Amino acid sequence: MATAVTIQPERRVDLTPQATLPPPERRETVFDIRGLTARYGGVPAISDVSMEIYENLVTAVIGPSGCGKSTFIRCLNRMNDLVPAFRAEGEILYHGLDLHGPGIDPVAVRRRIGMVFQKPNPFPKSIYDNVAFGLRALGMKDGLDGRVEHALTQAALWDEVKGRLKMSALELSGGQQQRLCIARAIAVEPDVVLLDEPASALDPIATSSIEDLMHELKRDYTFVIVTHNMQQAARVADMTAFFSLSPAGEDGRRSGMLVEYDATQKIFTTPADRRTEDYVTGRFG
Amino acid sequence: MSALSANTDGLRRRRAVNRLMEAIATAAAFAAVVVLGIMVVSVARRGGAAIDLNLFTKTPHPFSFTNQPSGLANAFVGTAVIVGIATAMAVPVGVLSAIYLNEFARARVAFLIALALDVLNGVPAIVVGIFVFALIVVHHGQSALAGSFALSILMIPLIARATQEVLALVPQATREGSLALGVSRWRTTLGVVLPQTIGAIVTGTTLAVARVAGETAPLLFTSSIVGDRLQWNPHLALASVPLKIFEYSESPDPADHARAWAAALVLISFVLVASITARALAARSRRRMGLHR
Ligand SMILES: Nc1ncnc2c1ncn2[C@@H]1O[C@H](COP(=O)(O)OP(=O)(O)OP(=O)(O)O)[C@@H](O)[C@H]1O
Ligand SMILES: [Mg+2]
Repeated sequence: MATAVTIQPERRVDLTPQATLPPPERRETVFDIRGLTARYGGVPAISDVSMEIYENLVTAVIGPSGCGKSTFIRCLNRMNDLVPAFRAEGEILYHGLDLHGPGIDPVAVRRRIGMVFQKPNPFPKSIYDNVAFGLRALGMKDGLDGRVEHALTQAALWDEVKGRLKMSALELSGGQQQRLCIARAIAVEPDVVLLDEPASALDPIATSSIEDLMHELKRDYTFVIVTHNMQQAARVADMTAFFSLSPAGEDGRRSGMLVEYDATQKIFTTPADRRTEDYVTGRFG
Repeated sequence: MSALSANTDGLRRRRAVNRLMEAIATAAAFAAVVVLGIMVVSVARRGGAAIDLNLFTKTPHPFSFTNQPSGLANAFVGTAVIVGIATAMAVPVGVLSAIYLNEFARARVAFLIALALDVLNGVPAIVVGIFVFALIVVHHGQSALAGSFALSILMIPLIARATQEVLALVPQATREGSLALGVSRWRTTLGVVLPQTIGAIVTGTTLAVARVAGETAPLLFTSSIVGDRLQWNPHLALASVPLKIFEYSESPDPADHARAWAAALVLISFVLVASITARALAARSRRRMGLHR
């Protein structure tokens, strides 16, 4: 079977995700998601999602618009708690601990599980303060300058901004702002970084610098990335989850569901599910 | 005839109505400006001559009908103290209630608080005066503090609403950016939300100060039994500009009338300058916020 999606040649061969994907028995589970159903005002956005997300890998979530990708990833750090009508059922075990369990503080959850958003959202502060804000607020004040520099370096932004750290972050370009948001997220040393379509507003060069970054950083972090862009998923992800909309139920409503979850290479070359194949070959929306 | 043609009767009539309404609205707006203009000019004509340094540096001379220097220093000081303390009381309460309203309250509670602020905004000043009289003055006697408390009740809804309106403009994405770092909601509010609203808080406060600086009724109950000595102590009843204007307007001495007009001119100028400053600040902070979105 010929796929319409060409998996682009890697710029650096040693970083090919498939080369780094360990066999199943050597994967450490970070998230064990069991029967997750998420509703807004009673209407399910995703139904009965079960999957495991592994440590030091990049996991991509792909699927058509409205299938609940953002909803899913925002469940992983309880970001959806901020939406009043939101309710989640099922379990999300994070290193064995149920994130929705009693006594779990969502602030502590987000402390370990950071997030980068679709639209760059730097604070209206200086470049330096954007990174330093979280560090100060979380009491990581020792060696602040060094931490800021390290985070900016890791986010491949240091060389571009080192002479003008006092400048407002709002004056940076979109791609620079997004890398600043990544720097801000990793400065506080989370375990997991969730990225919700981080490159959708960026040009190909900025996009590829963010992809390179994930390759570099996944030694230290676990990444979950939502993307519309299948080439991007193929390039950066070790594992890929394909979400889609379920057929209309009795009430005529459709909700998001997990169709297939496997090694990226498998998803893009020999998917087990017909719907995945249709989607990755571009026969479906 | 094409649907876009301007010659249908209905359209012509609607145009005429539209033009008429526009003319009425413009006339009404001009009327407001004209009334203000006439007021300022007439106050300035009558009070302008009596504005001199003595007005601000001397206390009232004990005798009427004298050529000795006389002024209203005690009233200006009293108003400054009373309004200053009222501002110090009203800003934290106003800002915190706006924060609670916009950042923390559930929808129903938020609705109730917003309603309460609106009602409070509509309570006549004299009612606030009687309330503070019954609450404080009856037990502890008159004082500038009681007057400040009464004025702060009038200021709180103004400051709270001005702050809340701008809090509502801060993009949710800014909050999420901070919360996603594992920063608490309070720290997020103080660290990334509130700094964007400082301009609005200053604007709202300035407008509120302008609004209450000339309030008379609440002070009648709380800080009106005063001598002519210059006093700063807020535990005492202090003189105030609006009450002094009222008192002098009833004086048999024409020089007192002139001083009352002069004090009125100072008050009205203060309100004008404060309002214009507040508008300018508001425009500036809105421009700044525009950058953020
Ligand atoms: N805050 C919300 N309140 C109510 N419904 C919501 C909310 N956020 C999302 N939804 C609904 O949940 C469903 C899934 O939305 P979600 O944003 O998760 O999809 P998505 O896969 O991320 O889409 P896209 O690719 O367009 O970003 C949609 O039907 C959407 O209308
Ligand atoms: Mg989305």
